[in-house]
Parts: sequence; C-alpha cells; structure tokens
Amino acid sequence: MSGTPRSQAESPAPKGPAGLRAQIDNVGESLRQRYRALPRFARWGITMALFILAALLPHFMPYLSSRSNYWVAIILKIGLAALLALGLNIVVGFAGLLDLGYVAFFAIGAYTYAIMTGAVRFTLAQRESLPNFAELIPTFHMYFWLILFVAMGVALLAGVILGTPTLRLRGDYLAIVTLGFGEIVRIVARNLRDITGGPLGVKSIPHPAINVGSVHYDFGLNNNPYYWLVLVLISIVIFFVHRVNNSRVGRAWAAIREDEIAAAAMGVPTVRMKLLAFATGASIASIAGAIYASQVVYIDPQIATLLNPTFGSIIVLSMVVLGGMGGIWGPILGAAAIIFLPEYFRTLGDARFLVFGAALVVIMIFRPQGLIPSRRRAAELTGHDIHEGTVFETQHGVTSA
Amino acid sequence: MNCPGQLSEWVGLAVTGLVLGALYAMIALGYTMVYGVLQLLNFAHSEVFMVGSFAGLYALKWLGVDQPRSGIGLILTLLVALVPAMIFAALTAVGMERIAYRPLRKRGASRLAYLIAAIGVSLFLSNLFLLMDGKSHLGLPFKWPNIAGAAPVAMPPLLERHQVFSVLGVGIDTMQILIVVVALGMMVILDTFVRKTRMGLGIRSVAEDPDTASMMGVNINRVIVVTFAVGGLMAGAAGLLYGMNFGVTQFNIGFIPGIKAFTAAVLGGIGNIRGAVLGGFLLGLVENLGIACVSAQWKDVIAFAVLVGVLMFRPTGILGEQVAK
Repeated sequence: MSGTPRSQAESPAPKGPAGLRAQIDNVGESLRQRYRALPRFARWGITMALFILAALLPHFMPYLSSRSNYWVAIILKIGLAALLALGLNIVVGFAGLLDLGYVAFFAIGAYTYAIMTGAVRFTLAQRESLPNFAELIPTFHMYFWLILFVAMGVALLAGVILGTPTLRLRGDYLAIVTLGFGEIVRIVARNLRDITGGPLGVKSIPHPAINVGSVHYDFGLNNNPYYWLVLVLISIVIFFVHRVNNSRVGRAWAAIREDEIAAAAMGVPTVRMKLLAFATGASIASIAGAIYASQVVYIDPQIATLLNPTFGSIIVLSMVVLGGMGGIWGPILGAAAIIFLPEYFRTLGDARFLVFGAALVVIMIFRPQGLIPSRRRAAELTGHDIHEGTVFETQHGVTSA
Repeated sequence: MNCPGQLSEWVGLAVTGLVLGALYAMIALGYTMVYGVLQLLNFAHSEVFMVGSFAGLYALKWLGVDQPRSGIGLILTLLVALVPAMIFAALTAVGMERIAYRPLRKRGASRLAYLIAAIGVSLFLSNLFLLMDGKSHLGLPFKWPNIAGAAPVAMPPLLERHQVFSVLGVGIDTMQILIVVVALGMMVILDTFVRKTRMGLGIRSVAEDPDTASMMGVNINRVIVVTFAVGGLMAGAAGLLYGMNFGVTQFNIGFIPGIKAFTAAVLGGIGNIRGAVLGGFLLGLVENLGIACVSAQWKDVIAFAVLVGVLMFRPTGILGEQVAK
C-alpha cells in the first residue's frame, strides 16, 4: 500500500483477529489523517459532495431496487434513528451519562406536536361524535416550524426539571431515574385522556407544509421531504457537535466523563455542564419526535416504551454503543446497522432485543469503543482505569484528539 | 381528590402496601448488597427476580400442585418450591457476574461500561424468556422450549386465600401472612449472616474498602460471588411469592418491581441492608396510601415521585449510606 500512514509504520500489526481489528482501525485512522491533510476548500468540497449525494439518495433508489418506496421509507427511518443516536451520543458519549429514558423526550416531542396542532382535540371530538367534529380536522400549516421550537423547549424544560435533582448525584441515579421517567411519560400519556387522547392514541396529525408568498409545498404522504428535513437537521447536529467538541464545553464534558472530581477541582461547573448535555440531547430527541408524529399521522402512548422496536431508549443506546460512543460517524453507522439488520434479516424479528442485549454485553467486554471509535473515547474505554489516571500517560496523542 | 373518609379503607391500603413492601424489600436487598461491594447498579437484578418466579412456578407444577393445599402439605410444598426458585435465581445472578461483570472488572472498565453491560444482561434475559414459547426463532432449526413466551403464565394455586383475622375491620388473608412471614424470616437470616459470620465480615470489609480488605486476606472474588448469590436467593424467593400473590408471572414481570425495589434501596440509603428493608416497607406503604386519593393508575408515578423527591432532598436515604451494615 503506498503512502503508509505513520501509525501503521510505527507498530507492525499483530496477527489473528486482533491484527485484523487493528488493521481496520488503521484504515479509518489513515482516512482521517488524509482528510485532515487536505486543504480547507477540498474538505468543504468533500463534505458538500457527501451531503448532495445523501440528498439525492431517494432519486437514485428506483435504479437500485424495484421497491424504491420501501427503501426510501427505510432510509427515512434510519435518518430519524441517526438523529436520535446523535442526540443520545451527546449525553452518553460526550458527557458520559447513561440516559435510559431517551425515548420519553421523543414522545414528548411527538405529543407536543399532536396537542398543539389540534389533532388531539379532533380525535377526542370524533371519538365522542360531537356534532362539529368535522370542522376540527387539523390542516397542514406553517405552524409546524414554530411547534418544532416549542417541542424543543418543552423537552428542554422536562430535561432540566428531571436533571437538576439527579445530576448533582452519582451517574447511576440518572440511569434509573430516566428509566422510570420513560415509564412515567407513557403512564401520563395514557391516563390524561383529555389532554393526550388516552390509550387509544391520536390520529389525523397534520403534515408540515411550507407556505411563503407564492410558494406552496405540502409534505404530505411522500417520504422524500421528511427525509430531506431530517438530513438537514442531522447536518446541523453534526456541525454543532463538531464545533462543540473542540470548544470549552466539549473539553468540559470530556473532563467530567474522565474524572468528575478532578474536573470540579479544575473549576468546571460540572452540574451545569451535565445539565447542558442532558437537555441538549432531550431537545434533539423531541424534534425527532415531532417530525415522526407529523410523518406517521398516528401516535399512541406505546411509542414511549423502553422497548419501542424502532426508537426505544435501548435501541438508540445500542446504536450509539455499537457505532462508537463519542464520535459522529459511529452513531450514524450504528443507526443504519440497527434499523437495517432487522429489515434485511427478517428472522431477527422478535429476537432483536435478545441479540442487541447480548451485543451490548459483548461490545462492552471486547470492544467498548464501538465500530468507529472516537480516538479519545477509545483510550478511555479500553482497559485504562480512568481513576488511576493512566489515560494521558499511556496513550500518546490522546490529549490532542 | 376524593380521599376515603373511613379508617378501614386506609388500613386496608396500608396492609396491601406493607405486603408489597415486604417483596420490594427482598428485591432491594440484592440491589443494595451488590451496590455495597461493587458500586454497581445491577439493572439485571430484576431479571433474577423473574427467573426465580418461573423456577418456582415450574417447581409447583412438578410437585403436581393443581389445587390449594393446607397444613403440613402446604408448608412442605412451599419449602420444596422455594428451593429451586432461590437456587435458579442465585445461579442467574452468579452467572451474570461471571460472564458479564467480571471481565469488565478485570479490565478496570468505566462505570458507564458496567451500566451498559448490566442493561444488556437485563434485556437478554427477559427476551430469552419471551422467546421460549415453543416456536422457532432466529432461523434456528430447533423449536425453543415452551417455558414462558409473551403471554402471562398462570401460577398453580398452592394457597387458598381466606381471611385469618382482622385488624380495625380489615381482613388479613393467608397469602399476606405468608409473604410477610417468609420475607421477615429471610431478612433476619440475612442480617445475622452479614453481621455474625466470617463471610459476612468479608462482605462488610469489601464494602468498606476493597483494597484494604484484599490486603487483609479477604478473597474479593469469592465475596462478590457470595454477594450476588445471596441477593439472588432473596430475589428468587420474592419472585415466587410475588407470582403466587398475583397468580401469574411473565417475561417482563421484573421491570416494575425492579424499579420500585431500587427506589426502596435509595430511600433507605443504598448500600445499607437495614435501610433497604425499611425503604421497601415504606415505599409500599406510601404508594398504596397515595392511591387512596388519586386513581390507582398513578401508582407507579407516586413511587417515581418518591424517588425523585428523595434524590432531591436526602440523596443518602433515610438511614444514610452506611455500606452493608
């Protein structure tokens, strides 16, 4: 191979499966180094080309498969999952907090949208056969864009209310409190019949639309516009994550994750920083929830369960862990793999949770850094006890990651 | 808000609450002991409970229980059924320590890695039972044993529920007495074990300071295995009793009692054995008295509010975090 990257030249790769793994990592590392060595305009060019390619994906589908509609739907699902995974990655990967109630914020977003568009009012009126229920049919409108921000705000608020008492304490408490919170959101959605539509769910949730001057565009039942919307949001999140990673906040998160006491001693406002990560993750999930509700038209309290087969907290966590915590491409790859695999291998069907559960354990034991490791995270997770402070001494280049 | 005016209604709810609380306390002991020695929140403990309830169910079936028994027959059957429930649960707990947690411990993995592995174990076990419904899964050529499946499985009726005596106009039935007696008995045995025996001393010393304990010649690995096993024994017994109380068991039966028991452990002060017992009874009481005024649908919300309230105002719990004391 010409142009051997430095890391490969330094240490001869060991044989066997460990050697193969090291080689795969080296390919990733060499790609990363080559990309960084490129001039700025070339990097921008590559990024834009990737974005355009991704945006045109629905148009390529008819050439790739005879069931293009089906595959576009899958890609949209992957996009939503990737958005969720990137959001959870901020909480789990960056701040090192285990959030097991992530889907609750997704449900909060979906319900905020359903309530604010009047879909709940319509559903209840129709269920009770009120004389004027037909007048209440919610129509698509520009408010979608406004409600997106409201949904974000509601989830932010819920995140702060939930996080403030819990994040002052050890990380384990957050895990169980969020686990309980997911259950609570489901119970509230089921029991507060007059506000949420109760156990039977909400229907006729309106699609978004753009209505500016002479431009009228209805998202409707077509999957493509939702996909593009999700793609734009993913791009924004990636940009945001990329910038934050190299900022004061990103460094504060890394410090908290590696040693919270030391971070506090160094003057990092740990509770505020953890709260920021938790609430940011929550608002991203909420946006994904609102988009999901507007696309599928019908939601019920079951979407908030831990084991929601597409977007449940555990599934999203598996995506982040499988792909690699703390990176950007890791969670996206994880989302693609975990949505795609059960679609492709139908036999996985009911057994997916069994497989994912086992996978979580196996990954934690053998490859805690995931498929596409973030360099810094990999150093922390692979057998260097953080509390003994060996990370910085044994892994050269970690501090500059 | 329409709270009942009659005292007997309150007492009735309190009794139900204390009975449930006894079960929460038994599960909470497992959480708190493992937390004491490993600082690990063992999410999969709820699945240990679930395994115990299924083992107890099949033990009852194997003993040919198809109608309620009484007298000596009842006591013997119950004791014989408790043994497999407790042993299978303990084996599950020890197995998860061996397979999942010990490799992580050897590598000095981060807390996050532990938590993720624990949730993985929990997911794996509950879905293992979900899939054991006598059909083929995962494209494998054989049929899975028909043990659990998605639907609830009915427990054989070992004990006939009838009123034994009454307190303030509230009938106390046989099942309630049985649960409280077994739970209290096991807690006393556990407390004595931890306070009086050599192994108990080892558990307490590891909880206090693992490094020093290790230097003093305590075999840490053995202490951890024993801790998991003891927690499993308690959870297994609780699983059988819980199943008998509600008449059914299911693959996901551990989820809600698991969260409640954890709440109980935190309420009493996590790592504190007597605290877990106190927390269990108190939580059962609070959530049941709470539903006197609001609809029973909100019961789980009350327990959760207790958890958040404790974390907010007294995170060390009522008795404080006296580790494994």
